[in-house]
Amino acid sequence: MKNWYKIFSVIFILYTLVWGLLNPVPRLDILNETIRNVYYHVPIWFAMLGMMTVSLIHSLLALTKNNITNDTKAYNAALVGFFFSLPGLTTGSIWAKYTWGTWWTFQDPKLNGVAISILIYLAYFILRFSVDDEMKRARISAVYNVFAFVMMNVFIMILPRLTDSLHPGNGGNPAFAQYDMDNNMRMVFYPAVIGWILFSFWLFNIKNRISFIKNKLND
Amino acid sequence: MIKRILSLVFLISALFSSAQETVSSPQMADGFRSEGKIYVVITVIAMIFIALVVFLIVLERKVNKLEKQINNK
Repeated sequence: MKNWYKIFSVIFILYTLVWGLLNPVPRLDILNETIRNVYYHVPIWFAMLGMMTVSLIHSLLALTKNNITNDTKAYNAALVGFFFSLPGLTTGSIWAKYTWGTWWTFQDPKLNGVAISILIYLAYFILRFSVDDEMKRARISAVYNVFAFVMMNVFIMILPRLTDSLHPGNGGNPAFAQYDMDNNMRMVFYPAVIGWILFSFWLFNIKNRISFIKNKLND
Repeated sequence: MIKRILSLVFLISALFSSAQETVSSPQMADGFRSEGKIYVVITVIAMIFIALVVFLIVLERKVNKLEKQINNK
């Protein structure tokens, strides 16, 4: 059964959609019921990070193997990751409006880091379109992708932890314990993370097969 | 004497009464969850997600067909 992960992703996400609204959550000021956003907003970002990691791996493979297929896969993974970053940004913005009181704050290094990372990956897509030769494109964009991944991690994982961030788990002490999550919430949060990561692999899979058909038609 | 005792009684009773609820807990959607038909909302969300998944499955089938056609050529 090669479609097992698709079935699991749907089951996990459906479970989090239903139980995520019903289960008891900690009663906290300011956050109130919006703490449930942790089940939906955070896993989207995890899926994005997962896809960018897949993209990095395929870029490295493309460099070592001189392989066009890996380059196409790296591009598709980055595209799916980019796609996930957009709902991640908008949901975060909405959540911020009702808890931090503003749509966007430049005080928070995580928000700025995410904005810069998205621009970095946009530059990756533009770079790909600007090179005509296939092999050349594969190598140049793979090298750039390695830098893009490192920069993204610096901007959204490292820098927010060095300075003060409004995001929980940042500003010195990175840990899940900082999320104000109790075990009830973990019962939903972890399946949500797994579900959305598997879902992103599903989209990645379809994207790859379409590219494969395109390549065959072009030959 | 009676005046003093009465005023003392009123004073002490004032200590135990309060105009507002002093013990407050963060506001949560408790009523919404108990009889506010939250189940309807959950069903709607689930249906939307299921519709998306069905669309994705149909899309995948089409890709499958194209793959078969190309491999047969």
